Amino acid sequence: MMSRPTETAPQPALTIDALGKKCPIPIIMLAEQINQVPMNSVVAVLADDPAAFTDVPAWCRLKSHHHVGSYDLPQGGWAIHVRRNY
Amino acid sequence: MAYFDAASTEPLHPQARQALIAALDVGWSDPSRLYGPSRRARMLLDQARAEIAEVLGARPDEVSFTTSGTQAVHLGVLGTLSGRRRAGRRLVTSAVEHSSVLHAAGTHERDGGTVETVGVRRTGAVDPAAFEAAVLEPGTALACLQTANHEVGTLQPVAAAAEACRNAGVPLLVDAAQTAGRVPVPAGWSVLTASAHKWGGPAGVGVLAVRKGTRWRSPLPEDEREGRRVPGFENVPAVVAAAAALRAMAAEAGTEMTRLSGLIDRMRKTIPEIVPDVEIIGDPDERAPHILTFSCLYVEGEALLTALDTLGFAVSSGSSCTASTLRPSHVLEAMGVITHGNVRVSLPRGVAAAEIDRFLAVLPDVVRRIREDAGVR
Repeated sequence: MMSRPTETAPQPALTIDALGKKCPIPIIMLAEQINQVPMNSVVAVLADDPAAFTDVPAWCRLKSHHHVGSYDLPQGGWAIHVRRNY
Repeated sequence: MAYFDAASTEPLHPQARQALIAALDVGWSDPSRLYGPSRRARMLLDQARAEIAEVLGARPDEVSFTTSGTQAVHLGVLGTLSGRRRAGRRLVTSAVEHSSVLHAAGTHERDGGTVETVGVRRTGAVDPAAFEAAVLEPGTALACLQTANHEVGTLQPVAAAAEACRNAGVPLLVDAAQTAGRVPVPAGWSVLTASAHKWGGPAGVGVLAVRKGTRWRSPLPEDEREGRRVPGFENVPAVVAAAAALRAMAAEAGTEMTRLSGLIDRMRKTIPEIVPDVEIIGDPDERAPHILTFSCLYVEGEALLTALDTLGFAVSSGSSCTASTLRPSHVLEAMGVITHGNVRVSLPRGVAAAEIDRFLAVLPDVVRRIREDAGVR
C-alpha cells in the first residue's frame, strides 16, 4: 500500500493523535471515537507504529468503513484517513 | 503443554530418534575415507540421500545436505544466480517468501543485482499472471516461490509458476519447508529446498536439490563435500535420522494430514462464532493441512501468547510486539490483513482432538479478558 504526500490530505472532521502508541492502541482509539463524527465525514489517525499503516485500512475493510488514504507526516508516521460509513 | 507450533519445528519423530541413536554409534566416521567405518558411514549417507530424494521427487545425485533450511535457501538462491550470471541479474520472488529468501535477495541487490517482488492477494497467494509477467521480463536469472506460506498456510500456485518459468527458460526455486513430508512436492522445480526439523527430523539438516541441467555455482569457497555444493563435514547421524523421519511422516501423511486438516477446518469455522471481531487469515481451502492463522482486533499479540502459554498452549504470532524487529510480519503486511492480536496455530502429527477442544474452550475468555484490560468496550 502506498502513502501520499501530506499536502494533498483533505481536512478531517476529527484528528486522533496516536503518535508514539503501539498497535493495537491506535485501532482501539479509532474504534472508540469514530462515532463522534457525523456520517460520511473523515477521521484522521496520526500514527507512527508501522503496524498501524497496515492495520487501519484492514480494520476499515473488516468494519465496512472507508479508508480514504494514508498521508506521510513531516515528522515521520502517517495521517491515515477513514470515512465513517454508518 | 499443548504444542501447536509445528510450523516453527515439528517434535522429533520417534523413528528419527531411534535412527539417530543407532547412527551415532555406526555412522560417526568420515564418509570420504576408504576404511571400513567410513564405508559404513558413506553407505548410510547415500541410503538416506536416496530415501529423501525419493520422497521429494528428486534423483539422489541432485540432493545435497546443508546445515539448515535457511542455508539451503541461501545456497540455492545465490548459487543459481551465480550460475546464471550471463543470462541476467534479475531475481523474482513473491512478497511473502521466508526471510531466508528475502535476505538472500538483499545480498544479491547489494552485489548489484535487481529484485522484483510480486505482490499477493488478500489470501496470501501470488497472482499467477503477475508472477508470469515478472518472470518473462528479459534478464530474469531466477524465480523463487514457496509451496505454502509459513505464517498463514496458504498454498502458492507452484504448478502455474513452474509452467511460466519453463516457457520463459527461467529456473524456479521452490521452498518446500512447510509442506515436505506432509504434502507431495509439486513438480516443475529447478531447485528445491527443505528443512528436516520441520518434518520431524533433527535440527541441523537442510535439503538443497538442484535439478540436472540447472546451472549452479557455489557462492562459497570451494569444498569437496556434498557434490561440491555444501562445505563442511557431513552430519551423517542427523541425515540418517532426517531420512527416517521423512519416510515415516510421508507414509502417515495421507491419513494424518486429512485428520489435521479436519481439526483446522473446525477451528476456522468455530473461532469466528465464539470470539467477536476476529479475522481468519489465509485461504480456507488452498492451504497447508496443519496451519491456521487469525487476528483478534484490539488485542496485543504478546499478551495473547503469554496468556495462552500460561494456560498450556504453545502458539506463535506475526504481531510486531512479538518480534525483535518491532515490525509486523512482512507476510501479514503484504496481505493487507490485521497484524495485531495475531496467532498462528500449527498442528504437529498425533495432536489430540481434545487439545483443540480445550483451546476452543479457553480462547473466548482469554481474548475477552485482554480486551477488558485494554479498556475496549
